[in-house]
Amino acid sequence: MIKQTTSKITQERIQRYLEEGKRFDDRKLNEFRELSIETGVSKNAEGSAKVKLGKTEVLVGVKMNIGTPYSDSPNKGNMMVNAELLPLSSPRFEKGPPKFSAIELARVIDRGIREYKFIDFEKLCIKEGEKVWTVFIDIYSINDDGNLLDAAGIGAVAALRDAKIPKYDEKKEMVLFGELTNKKLSVKKDFPVSITFHKIGKNIIVDPTREEEDVSEARVTIGSSKGIISSMQKGEPVALEIEEFEKILDMLEKTWDNIFKKIEKVVK
Amino acid sequence: MTERKIIIPGEKIVDSKEFLPGEGTEKRDGGIYSLIFGLAETLDKLVKVIPLSGVYNPRRGNVVIGQVEEITFNGWIININAPENAFLSLMEVPRYVNKDGLDEIMDIGDMAVVKIWGINKRGIDVSLKSIGLGKIDEGIIMEVNPHKVPRVIGKEGSMIKLIKDNTGCNITVGQNGLIWIKGNKVEDELFAKKAILHVAEKCFVSGLTEEMEKYFGGKK
Amino acid sequence: MPEIKRKSGRKADEMRKISAKVGIIPNANGSAMFVSGKTIAIAAVYGPKEHHPRNQRNPAKGTLRCTYNMMSFSVTDRIRPGQNRRSTEISKITEWALEPIVILDKYPGKVVDVYIHMTQADAGTRCAGINAAAMALAHAGIPMKNIVSSIAAGKLDKTIVLDLDKYEDSEFEEGEGSTDIPMTFTSDGKLTHIQVDGYITPEQLKEAMKMAREASKKIYEVQKQALKDSLGKEK
Repeated sequence: MIKQTTSKITQERIQRYLEEGKRFDDRKLNEFRELSIETGVSKNAEGSAKVKLGKTEVLVGVKMNIGTPYSDSPNKGNMMVNAELLPLSSPRFEKGPPKFSAIELARVIDRGIREYKFIDFEKLCIKEGEKVWTVFIDIYSINDDGNLLDAAGIGAVAALRDAKIPKYDEKKEMVLFGELTNKKLSVKKDFPVSITFHKIGKNIIVDPTREEEDVSEARVTIGSSKGIISSMQKGEPVALEIEEFEKILDMLEKTWDNIFKKIEKVVK
Repeated sequence: MTERKIIIPGEKIVDSKEFLPGEGTEKRDGGIYSLIFGLAETLDKLVKVIPLSGVYNPRRGNVVIGQVEEITFNGWIININAPENAFLSLMEVPRYVNKDGLDEIMDIGDMAVVKIWGINKRGIDVSLKSIGLGKIDEGIIMEVNPHKVPRVIGKEGSMIKLIKDNTGCNITVGQNGLIWIKGNKVEDELFAKKAILHVAEKCFVSGLTEEMEKYFGGKK
Repeated sequence: MPEIKRKSGRKADEMRKISAKVGIIPNANGSAMFVSGKTIAIAAVYGPKEHHPRNQRNPAKGTLRCTYNMMSFSVTDRIRPGQNRRSTEISKITEWALEPIVILDKYPGKVVDVYIHMTQADAGTRCAGINAAAMALAHAGIPMKNIVSSIAAGKLDKTIVLDLDKYEDSEFEEGEGSTDIPMTFTSDGKLTHIQVDGYITPEQLKEAMKMAREASKKIYEVQKQALKDSLGKEK
């Protein structure tokens, strides 16, 4: 049973434990769960990744197609991020078009990748003003045990790094879907990591389980790499004290190092 | 003869010459066939299949733990992890309840230990009117698959007693798989939770009682 | 029967390599994955539970509700996310393939939701979906008369073959072209689903059905083993 709302007694216990700097699964407050990343898991995609963070699992796929550039950037390709919170992954998700949480997830991931300038959009130009590659990033939740946001962020980066450009027939002006060139999608060597910090009572934690996520009062998602912040978003209606916000910024570097090491270990 | 065999739906357990079809089975084509995924067991002449997975099947007399989802004009609707929710009438609370004060007794999101006293077409009826039942004030709630509850409790309560003694916690095991642990320190509660998860994982291993004794011997 | 050379090198009555795993989604009441060659299907079952919307409840017995969909990147030409006419039709076909074997008398007014997604597609998707769903339903403890096993037989030009892959299904055009016949069998040989797309005589169809029936037995063994293996490590 996954209760639609976590009970007050669990909330009380989570908070009490946090006061002592502890969590139910023995993790530190700034520690991520066990991470596993598998790329190339969906062979018809240009790039794909399966990410597991504890029991949370997401599947991300990258597809590419020819499109027209935006009028204010005629020599750049573009990107579209889409996320679906599948009913398959939790009794809390319903069938139907994406609700706000799915839309927000997609937009936060989009922001993280776009602001970091992770993809070299200029290399995706085929004919200036007329033809460019559009990169589609599609995110699907497979099992929700909290923090789909950060799992999806890691998955998007991994899938993009795995992606190869499809063959393009210049004469026929057609994409040869299913046939990939050996050319990888041009992305920066360094990558942004999205970390969402959650406020529970007076404490700040990262990578909440679903139970912890239920009692989180406010959250801040920060996309950063090696000390530079490129994107940030605060969610949930509770306000943060300035001190709490500064505490998050102080936690950022060490937390980032920890998760970055974990990612490096599993991705080439 | 109590022989246990893992069986899937539609699989034949035995020929029906000497046996009778019990729970989870049906007789057809001269044999006793399983209707569910579980453990097939033959006791005397009866063949039955015990489910190992799936939702909780509520039974009269079961004590379960649930969460209040809704408050109606005359009671509370409680999610007990069954195919349908249960109803606690204000008449089934061991004290006078003011019709306007239901939320003061128990509010949405509160958890309680209740007993199923009736199952009929209208639904599942539960009560708070017995010793050991009532709203849960504090502690940890954890969940195991309901079919593992007998293992967690153990023969005549031996397993759960072992865990209680070694962790110093009060533990109430709901037949629906929800378990309430209350201890003096959160640490003790989490220790009990880990021990219960360990038992649930090793559900099919024999000699589990000895293993759990070792488990506690080593850790404490 | 005329010999045929298949692009994959497979014999006429040779199925692609299959594998299965049960218990892949901890949140679900039951879940499973089925792989056939390059086609991968995952399924999750939630229920029996309260059936919403209320006006669709069946007061006599529980309702089986299947939703099939393909992930946008599961195919070479990206599919726009969301349900379309094809996925709606296959959802219903899947329901019909599974309904004869599920026993929902004890759950009047309730619903059992089955969600199927293709994470990678190379033809035979509805069959892989049905195979995954059948395991997930058993894993969820739903009472069932039987497990069902699904496979497509077909015809390439004049030859009856088993398990068409994507190339054979959509690009093979020699002679009489390709005919695709997905079918679903219970373990005791009853047919719960069949579709035909192509050009085939009744005699040829009988032959195709025999071939598919034989193959379904092999699939059944894999499904059975996957269920039994799942007890080692529970969610």
